[in-house]
Amino acid sequence: MPSFENLGFMKILVCISKAPDTTSKIAFVDNNTRFDENGVQYIVNPYDEWYSLVRALEIKETIGGNVTIITVGTATDEAVIRKALAIGADDAVRIDADPTDAYYTAVQIAEYAKTNGFDLVLTGKETINYNGSQVGGMIAEALDLPFISLASKLDVNGTTLTLEKEIVGGLQVVEVALPAVVSCAKGMAEQRIPNMRGIMAARTKPLQVVAPVAVDLLTSYEGYSMPAAKSACKMIDPSNMDELVALLHNEAKVI
Amino acid sequence: MSVLVYINSANGLHKSAFEAVTYGKKLGGDVTVITTGNTDSGTLASLGKYGASKVLVDRSFKGEDDQQLTRVIASAAEQTAASTVVFSHDLTAKAVAPRLSVRLKAGLVSGAIDVPSGDGTVKVNVFSGKAFGAVKVNSGKKIISLLPNSLQPEETGVDCGVEDFNGNAGESKVKVLSTKKPEGEIPLPEAELVVSAGRGLKGPENWGIVEDLAKALGAATACSRPVADIGWRPHHEHVGQTGVAIRPNLYIAAGISGAIQHLAGVNGSKVMVVINTDPEAPFFKAADYGVIGDAFEVLPKLTEAVKKFKASGN
Ligand SMILES: Cc1cc2nc3c(=O)[nH]c(=O)nc-3n(C[C@H](O)[C@H](O)[C@H](O)COP(=O)(O)OP(=O)(O)OC[C@H]3O[C@@H](n4cnc5c(N)ncnc54)[C@H](O)[C@@H]3O)c2cc1C
Ligand SMILES: Nc1ncnc2c1ncn2[C@@H]1O[C@H](COP(=O)(O)O)[C@@H](O)[C@H]1O
Repeated sequence: MPSFENLGFMKILVCISKAPDTTSKIAFVDNNTRFDENGVQYIVNPYDEWYSLVRALEIKETIGGNVTIITVGTATDEAVIRKALAIGADDAVRIDADPTDAYYTAVQIAEYAKTNGFDLVLTGKETINYNGSQVGGMIAEALDLPFISLASKLDVNGTTLTLEKEIVGGLQVVEVALPAVVSCAKGMAEQRIPNMRGIMAARTKPLQVVAPVAVDLLTSYEGYSMPAAKSACKMIDPSNMDELVALLHNEAKVI
Repeated sequence: MSVLVYINSANGLHKSAFEAVTYGKKLGGDVTVITTGNTDSGTLASLGKYGASKVLVDRSFKGEDDQQLTRVIASAAEQTAASTVVFSHDLTAKAVAPRLSVRLKAGLVSGAIDVPSGDGTVKVNVFSGKAFGAVKVNSGKKIISLLPNSLQPEETGVDCGVEDFNGNAGESKVKVLSTKKPEGEIPLPEAELVVSAGRGLKGPENWGIVEDLAKALGAATACSRPVADIGWRPHHEHVGQTGVAIRPNLYIAAGISGAIQHLAGVNGSKVMVVINTDPEAPFFKAADYGVIGDAFEVLPKLTEAVKKFKASGN
C-alpha cells in the first residue's frame, strides 16, 4: 500500500458521462441525424464508474478527502448522476448543457475546476458511445496541468502521484506532482455495486446545477450511418482447412 | 493549404506512419512531417515517398512528456501555418491531440476511418463500431487522428529533405521511472492479421496452438476479456469494448462466443473467421467464414494448411 503522509485531505473531481447500456439497440432518427433514444437505458460510462470513480473513493477512504462528480448534461442525466452518488461520491455538479462537442465539454469542466480548486481530476479512458478519448487531455491543457493518459495504476505519496500507464506497445511508470489530470483505464480498480444504504443516501446528497460558460463548438455530428449488412457466413468443413486458406487468399484476399 | 503530420519515430517507422502521411497527402496541399528523437535522417527522408515535402525533426527532444510534445507540434504547426494536423490514432495521439486541440483551438476528429467526404465531414466509428458518424469541424484549423489500417499507404514520390527543428519543448512535469516494452512483437492495433482465442481454449497451457497459427501467418495474438481477467493472457491482448479496438484485415476467433461487448472491439475487421464447437454461437452471425469444430483439432489443421500455402510460394 502507498503511504499518505503529507496530504491528508484530497479534493478529487471525477468526470462522469452517461452512455447507453451496452445491449441498447443502435438506431437513428430525423433523417439519420440524431441517435434514437427511444427505449435506451442510460448507465454511467463504465470507465468512469469502474475505474476513475472507484479509485477516487479508495484514495479518499485511505487518506481522507472529498470526491465530487461532475457531468456536463441535461436534467435527464440526473438519474445517472444519482447512480454515481450511490456508489459513494460525496456531492455532484451538473453543468446544464448538452455535451455535443468534446472541446465545449472540457472547457466547461476546466472552468469549474479552476474556480473551485482540485488536487486531482479524473476521467475515464473514453466514452463508449463516441469513443473520442478527448475530454481528459483537453481539460488538462485548458488548466495547463500534466495529463497522464490511460493510467492502469495510481498511487498517492504525499503530494506526488505514481502511475502506471499504457504507452505504444508497453507500460511506463511515471511520477507527477499534484495537481494533475488522469484518465483511467482497466486495472485501476474493481467495479463496486452500490448497496441499499448508498442508494438511499444518494437521494439527499447535494447536486448543484451550474450554468455553462460561453464556449464555441469546434465540431458537430452531421449525420450517422450503419455498416452494410454482412452477407451470410460461409461454412467450411472442419477437416478441410486447405479450402479455408484458399478462400482467404483468392476470395477475401487477406492473406 | 498546408498539412502537418506528426509521426512517432521512436521505434523506427511503421506502417501507421506511412498511412498518416498518405492521408495528409490525400487532404491536398503541402505536407510537412514533424517528429522527434534519434531516427536517422536517411530513414526519415523516405516519408517523402508517401507525399511529404519535408520532415522537421526536433532532435533535442527525446522525452515522452505529452505536454512537451504538444508544445513541439504546436510550434511546428505555427511555423508551417498548418491548417490541418494529422496523427495516427495511437496512444500518443490520444494524449497529445486533445491538448493540441485546445492549444490551437482546432476541432479534433479522433479515430477517422476515411478521407473527408465531399461535404467536408469526416467518417468515424461511433457506438463502439456499431455505427458511423460524420463529423464536421467548425473551426478554421483542424486536427484529424486516423485509425490504423483505415487506408493503404501509397508511394507516389521520392525521398524528401530532413531539417532540424527546435520546437521549444519547455519543462517536463512528468518523471519517467521505468519503461517496459516487449521487443519485436507486432503492436495489436497495427496488426493486419490477428489470431484470437477465448475461454473455449480451457487454459493458458493450451495457447501454443494459437501462437503456432499466429506465427505461421505472421499475425498478432489477441484474446477475449475473461481470458485476460483470469490471467491466462496479458491484459494488452484483451480486445473488445473495454479493451483494445482493432480493425485488422483478418480476425480469426477460436473458442470465443461473440458477445456483443467482444464484437464491439473487432467488428471493424475486414474479414472474420470464427471457429466454435457450438453452431449457435452468436459470433457466426458476424463472421464471414465459419468452422463448426473443436479448436484443438481445427487450429493445428489450419496452421498446417497455412504453412503448406506459404511453402507453395505465397
Ligand atoms: C460492460 C461489459 C464489458 C465487456 N467488455 C468485454 C470486452 O471488451 N471484450 C470481451 O471479450 N468481453 C467483454 N465482456 C464480456 C463478454 O460479455 C463475454 O462474457 C466474453 O466476451 C466471453 O468470453 P469468451 O467468448 O471467451 O467466453 P465464453 O462466453 O465462455 O465462450 C466460450 C466459447 O467457446 C466455445 N468453445 C468451447 N470449447 C470449445 C472448443 N474446444 N473449440 C471451439 N470452441 C469452443 C463455446 O461454444 C463458447 O462459444 C464485457 C462484458 C460487460 C458486461
Ligand atoms: N458530458 C460529460 N460530462 C462529464 N465528463 C465527461 C463528459 N463527456 C466525457 N467526459 C469524461 O471524459 C472521458 C473521455 O470522454 P471522451 O473524450 O468522450 O471519450 C469520459 O470517460 C468522462 O470521464
